[in-house]
Amino acid sequence: MEEDEINLKEMLDDELYELMQEDLYDGYAQEVSEEVEEMLSRDHQPYTILTEGLVAGMDVVGADFRDGILFVPEVLMAAKAMKAGMGILRPLLAETGAEKIGTMVIGTVKGDIHDIGKNLVAMMLEGAGFEIIDLGVNNSVDDFMGAIEKHNPDIIGMSALLTTTMPYMRVVIDALKEAGIRQNLVVLVGGAPLNEAFAEDIEADAYCRDAAVAVETAKKYMAIRRQKAKAD
Amino acid sequence: MADSAQNRLDQLLATTNVVVLDGAMGTMLFDAGLVSGASPEEWNISHPDRIRAVHRHYIHSGSHIILTNSFGGSRYRLKLHNLQDRVFELNRAAAKNARAEADAADRLVLVGGSIGPTGELLKPMGNMEFDEAKTAFAEQAKGLVAGGVDLLWVETMSDLEEVRAAVEGIRSVTDLPICATMSFDTNGRTMMGVTPARAVRAMKQWGLAGIGGNCGNGIAEIEHVIYAMHREAPEVRLIAKANAGIPQWRDNELFYDATPSVMGRYAQRVRALGASFVGGCCGNGPDHIAAISEALQSSISEVDLAALMAEQAAYDGPSDEVVTRDRARRRHRE
Repeated sequence: MEEDEINLKEMLDDELYELMQEDLYDGYAQEVSEEVEEMLSRDHQPYTILTEGLVAGMDVVGADFRDGILFVPEVLMAAKAMKAGMGILRPLLAETGAEKIGTMVIGTVKGDIHDIGKNLVAMMLEGAGFEIIDLGVNNSVDDFMGAIEKHNPDIIGMSALLTTTMPYMRVVIDALKEAGIRQNLVVLVGGAPLNEAFAEDIEADAYCRDAAVAVETAKKYMAIRRQKAKAD
Repeated sequence: MADSAQNRLDQLLATTNVVVLDGAMGTMLFDAGLVSGASPEEWNISHPDRIRAVHRHYIHSGSHIILTNSFGGSRYRLKLHNLQDRVFELNRAAAKNARAEADAADRLVLVGGSIGPTGELLKPMGNMEFDEAKTAFAEQAKGLVAGGVDLLWVETMSDLEEVRAAVEGIRSVTDLPICATMSFDTNGRTMMGVTPARAVRAMKQWGLAGIGGNCGNGIAEIEHVIYAMHREAPEVRLIAKANAGIPQWRDNELFYDATPSVMGRYAQRVRALGASFVGGCCGNGPDHIAAISEALQSSISEVDLAALMAEQAAYDGPSDEVVTRDRARRRHRE
């Protein structure tokens, strides 16, 4: 195709961001990396590249996933492309001390070893620019509490596939209350047998039906947190 | 062996126009004391009596084919319990438990060797190579065959490539018949975006004895899967294994809302829509299977097929078209 002739150097900034978003959408990791490098060479701020290019691109991916236009395979490929771009930006972001989008500790609860859904949520959130601490499967209260102490997250994500393991989420939430840190954290829960009534019952902040909803919900709560922080 | 097994399935199909499958295994085992986080497959060795009791209940309820307690019996799933070195042993034991009950029945009951997903994602999405998956499925199938299954039963799949890996893996160790079902739990598609029509189109080329849907979100979803698959490939024997409705959370407990009589009506409807194998997935117990078995003994004319078809045709299922997005520019060859 004649489009192969595209020369990044000759493109306007806006065009290049648009291309980055589209390459991200199509899951082209190598191309996204090149475009990130090009923007850096034009002295764009790492945080600008992250939000204008990568996060904006993942927004479209998330919306199309929610609307049933994209499915898990495409989302995973896009998340991989996002990760490639982030790999370049992360050390620079740390250097410049740019504001973080948010930090989340995520894991399946004790007794539950089913992790595909949890992995997907972690990848999507990482794609949305969150820092993810993935505790893996089968996490006890102590595992969650230890990770909270160590990483000081904004959000705790818990996942369960089994009807027999989902009640453990309440145990974790009760422990957060007991430790007096419940109000400092947003608790999101998800998994096949869950629903809103359950989330309400155990006093989680929200139930997330799928990974796209998890990203939207996490972003919403981060916006609320930032507003609160400003107000304080 | 292969010939006689093929004959056993044919023999069964000759005696009944709809084959009754069984219900859930996992939820039955939790009721029997399995602790969450423990491996159900390990119970094939440590509590064979409890596994056999579940099989026996289903046979008494009218199941023609019972599935082994080996859904998570691949090395990938067993690894989560640190049991990855016991694949052959646990799968053989699973098959032997079911075999013993099937052979004790006073009519022909077949044993299907249950094989679930690895839980890993294939490359390039994930880290698993196709051949690694194939090898893992072959290893599991070997144990099931050694324990005496009549056929292999691949279920709850979401990725067609993983189904293909399972079929190829199984074929590398046995000629026994293979059935395969996927879960169409994401807006009428599998998690990986596969529609029922696409699934049956791909799988029918693999010489399977039955193809269909299991688990997911209740009855209506599976009814549409059967309708869509039958419309796409009327020559294929179809399998329906719906959950007993949709799980509800009430009074600190979760339960499935479909009663046995609801599942009986579902059985008549999916039969009318084209299913040849009918059973239940999560939330279905022996009472549900008994209701399904009884309902299927009634004449097919008791279901208003015209109304059923009209209802399905009016339902706007997932589009089979590949959605592409217009791009401003592209610098890649497709």
